[in-house]
Amino acid sequence: MLKDILVIALGAVLINNFVLVRFLGICPFLGVSKSTKTALGMGMAVTFVMTVASFITYLVQQYLLVPFHIEYLQTIAFILVISALVQLVELVLQKTSPALYSALGIYLPLITTNCAVLGVAILATQEGYNLLYSTLFGFFAAIGFTLAIVLFSGVREFIDESKVPAPFRGFPIALITAGLIALAFMGFSGFSIS
Amino acid sequence: MNSILYSFAVLGSLGLLFGLLLAFASGIFKVETDERVEEITALLPGANCGGCGYPGCSALAAAIADGTAAIDTCSVAKKEQIDKIAKIMNVDAGTQSLKKVAVVLCSGTCDKISRKYEYDGIRDCRALTRLGGGEKDCISGCAGYGTCVSHCRFDAIAIKDGVAEVDREKCVGCGVCVAVCPKKVIALVPKKEAKAVLCNNHDKGAAVRTYCATGCIGCGICKKTCEHDAIALENNLAVIDAEKCTNCGACAEKCPRKVIHQIG
Repeated sequence: MLKDILVIALGAVLINNFVLVRFLGICPFLGVSKSTKTALGMGMAVTFVMTVASFITYLVQQYLLVPFHIEYLQTIAFILVISALVQLVELVLQKTSPALYSALGIYLPLITTNCAVLGVAILATQEGYNLLYSTLFGFFAAIGFTLAIVLFSGVREFIDESKVPAPFRGFPIALITAGLIALAFMGFSGFSIS
Repeated sequence: MNSILYSFAVLGSLGLLFGLLLAFASGIFKVETDERVEEITALLPGANCGGCGYPGCSALAAAIADGTAAIDTCSVAKKEQIDKIAKIMNVDAGTQSLKKVAVVLCSGTCDKISRKYEYDGIRDCRALTRLGGGEKDCISGCAGYGTCVSHCRFDAIAIKDGVAEVDREKCVGCGVCVAVCPKKVIALVPKKEAKAVLCNNHDKGAAVRTYCATGCIGCGICKKTCEHDAIALENNLAVIDAEKCTNCGACAEKCPRKVIHQIG
């Protein structure tokens, strides 16, 4: 069992990193990566939403959708779960950390449409994980997301300080950076663990 | 038929459940927000010019609602808007100070001032000023290459005959031109009818005479003439306090250099 968990963890964080290998959740990855602090905050929010979402969506899938033979409603049911969770996170953040709340801005409610969150729920059901594994899968996928966005924001902070040729300044260099980091993560795809 | 019912029931109950949960959570995590902030933000111009010193209109609105900023801090907002903000904040709008507008303290137009050299570089006062303080012999006067014009967001300033001129109707007093002018020849004055010494030169009178046909020589005749104690001499330059000036015009008449002009 421990081995299975390790496989899931390594797979979700490094080998099939949600952002850099599967290219899910690119919107917040580019949007809130200007400073490491907000990137970390975004990572935490996404971690919470993804972990709890994969827990609840497993229950919804197994005990509601499958018994009633309405699996075709998977997407809409999952989105319902995710949006409710995001709303909850928003309420909590606004109360506990107004600074982070305003720094995340529009990207906070946009976690709802973060395809990484929906992706993790759908992938977990496709892989046939049980409740524990689904939750862990969600958690580690979110850790992978956090890792990617924090790494990226660090590089971006560094680039802000350096001399960039005028045509590349701002977003273009950010996209190039993202591409190079993704290329680096391709190195992990050589691993095969089972 | 059943599958329609099931899907309806499942999604409906899920939605209801989450709705109830969120309603419950919003009760726990309620944040007290100041409604006045949004009302004030709506009244501010929304140009986010930064002239007030706050990062954007909403930040100023928050400061006004807090009471840390005066209700008329925004120099762009019209009188009606300020009155409405005063109403929201429950304070008397009558006590607010006069609006300010920019004025260019130079009347050294092309025909009145001699030049050191002909400038043929970048059309920008800051670049020009680096070359020996500019092409005009007077180092304090308006350079006339329109750095203020290109920075004005309200199209309120123009170069006329080698000297910048502010359109007092359009000027909102944001102070961007004051900050950007390398000659520091632009000042913010209260928006009222007054006289002003349109000169920024602190050189001795004899020196001023050699290169400018109108610059202030600091003779002090205006100071003696003024009955309202509104004029002071600072380093060979007469300065009129617009707050005290009654616009009587006695000083302008007596000025041997005709450098005191009507503003407003």
